[in-house]
Amino acid sequence: MKLNSLIKTTILAAAIISSGLQAKPVYVATTAIVEHPALDAVRDGIKSVLDESKYKGDELKFTYESAQGQPAIAAQIARKLVGEQPDVIVAIATPSAQAAVSVSRDIPVVFSAVTDPIGAKLVQTLEQPGRNVTGLSDMVNVKEHLQLIKEFVPNLKTLGVPYNPGEANSVSSVAALKAAAAEMGIEVIESAAPKSSDVMIATKQLVGKVDAIYCPIDNTIISAVESVIKVGIDAQIPVFAGDTDTVARGAVAAVGYNYFDLGRQTGDIVVRILDGEKAGSIDVKLATGTDLFVNPKMAARMGVEVPEAVLTRATKVIK
Amino acid sequence: MSLFSFLGTLEIGLIYGLVAIGVYLTFRILDFPDLTVDGSFTLGAAVTATLIVMGVNVLLATVIGTLAAACAGLVTAWLNLRFDILHLLASILTMTALYTINLRVMGKPNVALIMEPTILTPFEGIFGLPDMYMRVIFVAVCAVAGGLLVAWFLRTQYGLAMRAVGSNKRMAQANGIVVKQKVYAGLALSNGLVGLAGALFAQTNGFADSTMGIGTIVVGLAAVIIGQSLFASRSMYVIVLSCIVGSVLYRLAVSLALNADFLGFSASDLNLITAVLVALALIFPKLRNEWKAKKAARNEA
Repeated sequence: MKLNSLIKTTILAAAIISSGLQAKPVYVATTAIVEHPALDAVRDGIKSVLDESKYKGDELKFTYESAQGQPAIAAQIARKLVGEQPDVIVAIATPSAQAAVSVSRDIPVVFSAVTDPIGAKLVQTLEQPGRNVTGLSDMVNVKEHLQLIKEFVPNLKTLGVPYNPGEANSVSSVAALKAAAAEMGIEVIESAAPKSSDVMIATKQLVGKVDAIYCPIDNTIISAVESVIKVGIDAQIPVFAGDTDTVARGAVAAVGYNYFDLGRQTGDIVVRILDGEKAGSIDVKLATGTDLFVNPKMAARMGVEVPEAVLTRATKVIK
Repeated sequence: MSLFSFLGTLEIGLIYGLVAIGVYLTFRILDFPDLTVDGSFTLGAAVTATLIVMGVNVLLATVIGTLAAACAGLVTAWLNLRFDILHLLASILTMTALYTINLRVMGKPNVALIMEPTILTPFEGIFGLPDMYMRVIFVAVCAVAGGLLVAWFLRTQYGLAMRAVGSNKRMAQANGIVVKQKVYAGLALSNGLVGLAGALFAQTNGFADSTMGIGTIVVGLAAVIIGQSLFASRSMYVIVLSCIVGSVLYRLAVSLALNADFLGFSASDLNLITAVLVALALIFPKLRNEWKAKKAARNEA
């Protein structure tokens, strides 16, 4: 009798301990092509959603790898992640997403900060994408950007755009910008900067030809945006940006996604998959929610005034 | 490191093995520091990917991509030989021009091949092998076959002449070797191999991207040096195949660095860790030889 109960307790204890050991945390593996403030904010946004969900603390294993800007390393990271069998792979930016999608057959892949997921062949349709892939697109609402610039420069005729023709996201957003600008009677003048060290010269090429300068969301331009700002001050041409983070670095104003929010929207998709939904049955979302940042000090230094209407609408005024 | 990760490392290392052989041909055999490879790797990938999307047969697309990259090598050689532009500068010029050409070829910075047929498609599910093994075997066959062909070539009369040009141009000329022709051939072969690597990379990873060639020369050189410091040999076969081994070891270093987070490293430390691991791989054989020499000296005393 005694022995029997002893055995029973032992079995019970063993069962409790082993069930405690078996409660494996969910594993969310994130990877990005390069480290850069916007992409890092996406990652932090995803993490913050997970930390508020039921998958937090010990229940969550969250890792992050950066490919240091090299597609070959992105390919290697994708294989490493598939080998580790995480519950979800989150791939930030186009090359990392393509690398992950091409090797992951079953593990759900959630992409983020990809402008054109159909062009990148990550999915075939935005609704019910099928297979194991879904995610969030950050296609820029360029019309909104142009309207904002027009509020500052009412007789805007020409707009200068420095960008790197080698970046997939910039090319598609500059094409969209040109189409929208044509409708509003604005001429877009492009200037190519393939490396961050070319940004200064590319911007100087625009001086005298344009009424305002617009920096699209372009990794090369954003990493050297101070060069653009400097030319803007020297030549008294207002510089606008496609992302709000750049306003703190000296652009006059921007409407845009808050990349942390973009990460949070991505995180929501990740949580739905962890809850058991199939990635292929979750629609690819277009990012929502816009911020308006203004930098009045820089506006003054570049010779423009901040309209009252913009100041009252602004979600953040840089002092 | 998981099996999948290890096989992935092997796969990418073997593909870059072709790059290493190409770099070996220019830097070591011809003594012609050629940076064209940063552009020709992408060119091979860009041409092949664009043709595949257009519906051209995958094998033909790969061959054309390889030939396009070989032509890039010819341009560098032409700038150097015909106009006396310093070899390093000539190759930088070609590499810079190729950036634009690659964008023009693709019409956009990134061509996706996911869901397109690739050179690997006919082998999917062959002998019931999972894709991850099949891919490694496929690229291993490509890399080793390429290596053996190059080694065989370097042992022919023509190859010997090419080696002579690299080691002593004036002596080669005095012996009746047409120096320029050998340089043209060497650069075309080297860049062709690099372009083939680019074409294979694009097809195994599902995309060609305008940034994919950045740093190719560094990876190639590291692989050549790692391989040669580990296998000191005079046999052409051993030397060429050691380039492939060097490339795989380089990728293993990257892979180890990727798995080093438990040591408190973060994602941004990757390049430094890789550099340190490669440096250790280079230092170790030298130190070992010094220890051996010391030991031998002590034994004699």
